[in-house]
Amino acid sequence: MELNDLIHHSGEWLKGTGPFGHIVLSSRIRLARNLTLTPFTNRANKKEMESVLKAVEAAVGKISYFKGAAFFRLNELDNVGRQFLVERHLMSHDHASAPQGKAVIVSHEEALSVMVNEEDHLRIQVMQSGFNLDGTWEIMNAVDNALSEQLPYAFLPEWGFLTACPTNTGTAMRGSVMVHLPALVMTRQINKVLSAIAKLSFASRGFYGEGTQAIGNFYQISNQVSLGHSETDIIQNINGLIRQIIEQEEQARQALLVQNRAALEDKIWRAWGVLNNARIISSQETIELLSTVRLGVDVGVITDLAPTTLNELFIMIQPAHLQKIEGKKLGASDRDVRRAQLIREKFQAV
Amino acid sequence: MASMKCNKCTKKATVHLTEIIDGKVMEMHLCEDCAREQSQHMEQQFGLADLLAGLTDFGKHVPDVQQSVSLLKCASCGLTYEDFRKFGRFGCAQCYIAFKAQLKALLKKIHGASVHLGKRPAREVPLAVPVETAVPGALPAPQEETMESLRVKLQEAVGREDFEQAAALRDKIYGMEGRG
Repeated sequence: MELNDLIHHSGEWLKGTGPFGHIVLSSRIRLARNLTLTPFTNRANKKEMESVLKAVEAAVGKISYFKGAAFFRLNELDNVGRQFLVERHLMSHDHASAPQGKAVIVSHEEALSVMVNEEDHLRIQVMQSGFNLDGTWEIMNAVDNALSEQLPYAFLPEWGFLTACPTNTGTAMRGSVMVHLPALVMTRQINKVLSAIAKLSFASRGFYGEGTQAIGNFYQISNQVSLGHSETDIIQNINGLIRQIIEQEEQARQALLVQNRAALEDKIWRAWGVLNNARIISSQETIELLSTVRLGVDVGVITDLAPTTLNELFIMIQPAHLQKIEGKKLGASDRDVRRAQLIREKFQAV
Repeated sequence: MASMKCNKCTKKATVHLTEIIDGKVMEMHLCEDCAREQSQHMEQQFGLADLLAGLTDFGKHVPDVQQSVSLLKCASCGLTYEDFRKFGRFGCAQCYIAFKAQLKALLKKIHGASVHLGKRPAREVPLAVPVETAVPGALPAPQEETMESLRVKLQEAVGREDFEQAAALRDKIYGMEGRG
C-alpha cells in the first residue's frame, strides 16, 4: 500500500456506522510499549532506533492483523506526506516533527496503526466507529498479545508496562472517545460538563489531538490514570462517563428543538447555504459550519446527507489532504479556494 | 495609544503578551475571554513538566536528602535522577530499577496507586540487569568502594530513610568527585 492509495477512501472509524453515531464519532485505544534491552527513544542512538524499527517490522510481518499493512519510514516521506498521516489521526505532531529513525505502520482500513520510536518504542492504536470501546479493546488486546509473543516488552509485575513518561506507567493505556456536543455548547452547559470531567480525573482535548483546542464542538475524552486499575476497569469508567454525556447532549438537543426550533433550523440551513455556495473558505469556518450541518443531520432537519460524507470532510478539508488531492503544493489562499470547491463537489454529489 | 483590538476576535484587547520562541519575539494582544482560553491552552501544553517537577520535589525541608537523591544514576543508560526530574522522562527500562525507592511515591502521587492490576505480556521477559565483566578464575575483588557501589548504597539509605547515612555517603561521593 502506498501513501497515495489512502487519499480517496477514508478510515473505517469515519464510517459513522457505530453505536450512538449521532453523538459519538469514534472510539480509540492507545497502548505504549517498549523493548526491554534498548534505551527509550529519547536516549537511543541512530543504530538503536534502527534496531527497534527492524524488530518491529519483523514482528508485524508474522501477525495476521497486519496483513496488507503499510510500513512508512518517516524520513522517506516529504512534509506534506507526514502531515497527511497526522491529519488522518494515524500519528502525532511530535512524531512527524522529527522524522529521523521513525516509522508508522498503517493497517488496511486504518483501524490499526503503530507509531515506532515515538516517545515509546511502540504506540499501538486501534480506532473504531461510534461508541465501541469494548470492541476496540478486544482487537487491541489480541494485537498486543500477538506482538508480545514476538517482542521482549519492558514489564515489571509490580508496575506493569514501563514507559518513558511515568504518567503512562502500568497499563500504559489511553482510551478515548470522540464526542460531538453542539447542543451542550449552544445551551452554554459545556463548561459545566468539562469541569465535571476534569474533576473525575479524565482529560478532554480537541478533535485534532493533544494540545489542540476544541473546534467544531468535538471533544476527545480520555482516562488520565493508567496504574492501579485493569484495562477493562478503565474502559468501564470511561463508558459510564460517556453514557452520561450522551444523555446530556440528547436532552440539550431536545430542549433546543422544543424551545428554539425556528432559530435552530435557521442556523442549520444558513450553515448549509454557506458551505454549498462559498468560493473561499478557511478550515476554521468550515469546521464550525460542518459541525452545525452535522447537528442538522443528527436531529433530522437535513435528511439526505450521509454521515460518512460529513465525517470524511472533517479530515479532507485539512491542508495536507487538499494538497494530496490536488497533487501539488498549495499556498494558504489557494487552499481556501480548493477547500470551498471540494465541499461543493461533495455536497452536490449527494 | 489608540485602543487595540484582540488578535483573535474583535473585542478590545486588555491583555498583552510577549512570547519569545527560538529568539523570535512575538506579540499578542487579546481580550479577556481569548486570553483565558489561551492560558488554558498553554497550561495543557506546558503543564506536564512543571507538574512532574512539583511532584518530585519531595523533602524540601531536608535539602541534604534532596541533594543525595539527585546523585542517583541509572547504571544502564546513565540518566541521573536530577535529569529525570528536569525532563520528566526515563531513559530506559532499567531506570525504573535504579530509582525504585523514589518512584513508588511518585507513581502514587500521579496515579493514586502504585501497583499494576492490568494485563501481563503473553511472554514475560525478566528485566535484564547489567552484569559487570568478571574475569573467570580471578580472586574475588577486594571490597573497594567504587562510585557505583557508593551510589547504590546511597540509594538504599535514602530508601530506608536513613538520612544520616545518606548524607555521609553523599559526602564520600563528593570527595571522590573532587567536590565539596
